[in-house]
Amino acid sequence: MGEVDTKGVVLLDFWVSPFGQRCRIALAEKGVEYEFREENLGDKSPLLLKSNPVHKKIPVLIHDGKPVCESLIIVQYIDEAWPDCAPLLPADPYARAQARFWADFIDKKIYECGTRLWKLKGEGQAAAKEELIGILKLLEGELGDKKYFGGDAFGFVDIALVPFVSWFYTYETCAGFSIEEAAPKLVAWGKRCMERESVAKTLSDPHKVYEFVGLLKKRFGVE
Amino acid sequence: MAAEEGEVRLIGAWPSPFVLRPRVALNLKWVEYEFLQEKFGEKSELLLRSNPVYKKIPVLLHHDKPVCESMIIVEYVDGAWANSGHAILPADTYERALHRFWAFYIDDKWFPSMFGIAKAETEEAKAESAEQAWAGLKLLEEAFEKLSKGKAFFGGDTIGYVDIALGSYLGWAKVIERMTGLKLFDEEKTPLLAVWAGRFCAHEAVKEVMPETEKLME
Repeated sequence: MGEVDTKGVVLLDFWVSPFGQRCRIALAEKGVEYEFREENLGDKSPLLLKSNPVHKKIPVLIHDGKPVCESLIIVQYIDEAWPDCAPLLPADPYARAQARFWADFIDKKIYECGTRLWKLKGEGQAAAKEELIGILKLLEGELGDKKYFGGDAFGFVDIALVPFVSWFYTYETCAGFSIEEAAPKLVAWGKRCMERESVAKTLSDPHKVYEFVGLLKKRFGVE
Repeated sequence: MAAEEGEVRLIGAWPSPFVLRPRVALNLKWVEYEFLQEKFGEKSELLLRSNPVYKKIPVLLHHDKPVCESMIIVEYVDGAWANSGHAILPADTYERALHRFWAFYIDDKWFPSMFGIAKAETEEAKAESAEQAWAGLKLLEEAFEKLSKGKAFFGGDTIGYVDIALGSYLGWAKVIERMTGLKLFDEEKTPLLAVWAGRFCAHEAVKEVMPETEKLME
């Protein structure tokens, strides 16, 4: 990663990105002041290209000129760089391993499956829908009756998943099903998370997400 | 550090690069463990119970509690036996982020290009995958220069997180080199990594568990 010339904390991001939102929520939980820079993904800034030459993607957190890339790596970095308040990962190594496992699962599954759900039609979409329901039910099982995935404290797995809550309306509308019916405890968890200022101020309005996906669909020629 | 009987078990299979990772980590920490070799083509009850989400190896069982996903297991071993052997992840927060970034890159981007060489059905496809793999290794060469700071490994004097991530693929890299006549870790293209590869395989924590090229070819 190319070191750059910025001071303080800068986040290169894109308004609707759930990956960027993970970082924003983590920074807010820690009370860290930072500069938010919205990237135009059709015309990426020289700063983005220099600080993430490998992937050229957002989000990128730049801390005193040093870039950190990949949203979950950024969240862990934030947790470790500002350790004195709001721990995002548990202290116990086994609990940390479990948190990393579920955050990684969310990372591998949700965005890709959700994207197929709005991009495809017919059988492809139906398959993606069933898969997404399976994923959400599995997560619901892992949540159980806990307040958050980490127990009483809002943490890493919650942060990994919660930005996708504002995409639920889009998934439901595109594929014609109800996530509340399929995974009611998860929807309840989402509402609890929205009571936190860090989450409420960060998540996109679900209708704006739907509009955004509508534009993507036009661009990809999906009807 | 001797573990109590049955305290640490690793479910795996000797040819798997993913299984090699926790084995190297446990060796670096001097942890004794029982290796439970899975039968080829058949998943054991224990595996299915311990990793119901993916049903894949490796799975580490520590006091019967399962940890899944190879690099997550490596990080777990680093934390659970923090007072033993050398640290696998660096102490510095920013360097830790760099190690995690490159380990993810290796699995997410580099491994598919290397595997693509083996899977390729045409000469063009093979050449294309090879170009991608070499381009990736060029990036990793630069990363090595930055992270090693002139020392032997990505982790400095001792094997670290990225060493384990990349080094675990060396057995299969050698097989691909034999099969195709292509040199992946080429002294001319990536001189530092070419030397590092030999050093990694010769390390005490690695040499007993790195699968032999001959056996993999069978």
